[in-house]
Amino acid sequence: MGDTLNETRGDDTRPPWWRNVRVLGWLFQLAIAGSALAFVAWLLQNFQKNSETSGIPTGFDYLDQPANFPIAGSSFRPTQSVWDATVVGLRNTIYVVVVGIVLATVLGILVGIARLSRNWLVSRAATIYVETLRNVPLLAIITFAYLAMVLSAFPRVENAWRVGDIAVFSNRAAAVPWFEGSAWWVAASLIAGLVAAWLMAKWRQSVSDRSGAPSLSAVWGVAAFFIVAGIVWAVGGLGVTTPSLDGRKLTGGMEVAPEYLALLIALTIYTASHIAEIVRGSIQAVDSGQSEAASALALSAGQRMTYIVLPQAMRIAIPPLGNQYLNLFKNSSLGVVISYFELTKVTTTAVGNGQPAVPAFAFLMLIYLIGSLIISRMVNIGNKRLQLAE
Amino acid sequence: MTTTAPTKARATPQQWVRSNLFRTPLDAVVSVVAAIGGGYVIYRFLRFVFVTGRWEIVRRNLALFIVGAYDRDELWRPALSLIVLAGLVGVFAGVVRRRQIEAGTSDPTLTMGQRVVDLLKRLWPAVLGVGLMLSLTETITPTLIFIAAVVAAVVGRLIGVRLPTAALGPLIAAAFVIGVAMVWLLAQPLGWDDWGGLMLNLFLAGISITLCFPLGVLLALGRRSKLPLIRAVSTTYIEVFRGVPLIALLLMANVALGFFVPETIDVFGLFEVDLVPGKVVRAIVVFTLFTAAYVAEIVRGGLQSVPKGQIEAGQAQGMSPFSVTTYIVLPQALRNVIPALVGQFISLFKDTTLAGAAMGFLELLSAAQAVTKQPDFSGQGLIAETLVFVTFVFWVGSFTMSRESQRLEGKLGVGSR
Repeated sequence: MGDTLNETRGDDTRPPWWRNVRVLGWLFQLAIAGSALAFVAWLLQNFQKNSETSGIPTGFDYLDQPANFPIAGSSFRPTQSVWDATVVGLRNTIYVVVVGIVLATVLGILVGIARLSRNWLVSRAATIYVETLRNVPLLAIITFAYLAMVLSAFPRVENAWRVGDIAVFSNRAAAVPWFEGSAWWVAASLIAGLVAAWLMAKWRQSVSDRSGAPSLSAVWGVAAFFIVAGIVWAVGGLGVTTPSLDGRKLTGGMEVAPEYLALLIALTIYTASHIAEIVRGSIQAVDSGQSEAASALALSAGQRMTYIVLPQAMRIAIPPLGNQYLNLFKNSSLGVVISYFELTKVTTTAVGNGQPAVPAFAFLMLIYLIGSLIISRMVNIGNKRLQLAE
Repeated sequence: MTTTAPTKARATPQQWVRSNLFRTPLDAVVSVVAAIGGGYVIYRFLRFVFVTGRWEIVRRNLALFIVGAYDRDELWRPALSLIVLAGLVGVFAGVVRRRQIEAGTSDPTLTMGQRVVDLLKRLWPAVLGVGLMLSLTETITPTLIFIAAVVAAVVGRLIGVRLPTAALGPLIAAAFVIGVAMVWLLAQPLGWDDWGGLMLNLFLAGISITLCFPLGVLLALGRRSKLPLIRAVSTTYIEVFRGVPLIALLLMANVALGFFVPETIDVFGLFEVDLVPGKVVRAIVVFTLFTAAYVAEIVRGGLQSVPKGQIEAGQAQGMSPFSVTTYIVLPQALRNVIPALVGQFISLFKDTTLAGAAMGFLELLSAAQAVTKQPDFSGQGLIAETLVFVTFVFWVGSFTMSRESQRLEGKLGVGSR
């Protein structure tokens, strides 16, 4: 506003600097940012002083110290460093988060669709599921799943539930089938299978583009995955081990700790209730003309959902879905209350064993912060790829 | 849905069953499976509630669940606070009602009786929860207190309807003062660090949402500011606090907040202020800082929903940027985000359970675990009973609030304007 006036009238009438909006703006900013920095510096200085007087180390050297505690369900030895313990914790966090995200997404989509079902019983049951779990503290669900379900309602190990010869559930440990052999070959077969599936899907798409025949890329892709992965699997001499119960001792398979099971169940059903709401909202947000058009083309209800409505709904749902994945990641820290050795539990145990608290918790927060940034970055990339190019 | 009702003939039960349960053969199979599965779950649940559940532990510890270790001879203080709170809610409901009448948005044909029935229908989970709790009490006093609270709410509403609309501002200030006075009254016999039960959950959630609100609004404005440094500070704050789990912050505050402040601080050499934060203060600081980041994102959404023309119109009137923000942008933005803020309050209410796990408060959920270790009940496997009870209490609170916020959303017409 002032600039044009100034230029026409010359420099004499230029307002003094203390009335110049841009100068004032910068002064204001510097004042705010400066006081924020000063406040943080003041906190850090206090921290430094208080740590010195009580003789507590402030740096991250503690990461190289021996941990002095064992971690249940891992090969971690107490003589190993705190850093190694943190890595084990991170691995356990990733186990529960990755499996939880997959299960919660599947369950959430199913419940979300069920809420919109024309079948009164199904939609009512889904509504009760959502409205109950969404309005209850997650910590209560975790505690319940651990103390009242896995530890109390599951049978003792002598008369464990056996699902065929495949899986065993008891209140001390559960076991599921797992791969046997070198982990590298397992990874190699998975990657080979995925690459084959991707190539097959691309090829089917191009065939479909040329000839107009249905691409059926999902069917062909899955088939390619299993065939190629199976071949690599056989070449690598891989097998599957199933658990069996020998009196009170579990042998074979992969043992799943009750804490893991409880945390996984709780995180899955809680996050699924939120995902269900997102899916429902997204389906309702798809223009009703789309499903009417599908009906006019005589698509069945199932086809209408799979080919017309869901793909468009998922596009709307991706950003809030990513938020839920972030929440699940952060909520996995609640494993600490049932002593599942994820990141937070490892850190609190280390602190309990005499490691300095402030650097340890600061490091913990830093890991979560980086993890959150990675997840939100991945969601953003996925979102960009799925959005319509306009 | 309701608008089409008069023209449509009501379906007979047979028609209803056919169209809602047995439309197609597959539908019929699904219905049967769902009926059997759902029936079994309901049967197990009802059996637990009415037959196998041993609720003696809840009955005996009801006071502990509600007010924690509060001195049983001093219970008149929480009772009085409840009644005052109910009265305040009534006054605010009355003021809102008057505004509705003046704006002509309320349906004048409804009678008083219909309104009460409507209210009970709306609040059925709360009615159920209060009824259940009163049925578990051993003396008549809690029922009398509850009746007094209802009377206070009704009286408050009658007063509220008669207040001029302009009274809302002073009323909020008065509510603030009364709130502080109530906390002071409650903290007399038992310092707040030793509070427990539902009272502590509500106290932590209520005080933190109040304190975080101004900070959240400032952060939201900062994140949308044209000034790059301000924007950077706000964005960093918001992203850091949103990227870290609450329990990690609580754990950090529990052991470390004392490290970051000096024990005492001199105020111009006049007097010394004791700065070592107590347990409750530490929890409130964390909840406030944490929730402020989420509130900021909610408010930012509200700010974005205000059309640019509003701001330009304000500028065209020669208003300063400050006036445009306070009188034009914020009132519209905040009105739009009220439902989302209620949602944030609900999740804060649920998250107060973390304070028990991370800092050792005897809040409602921790109390549920602690009572199973009492000499009379230990080793009997009663955790399911206590957990189901306290979870139900949380559910009643959260579900009621979330329904009310949905209703509010409909009334405010968010998204439909």
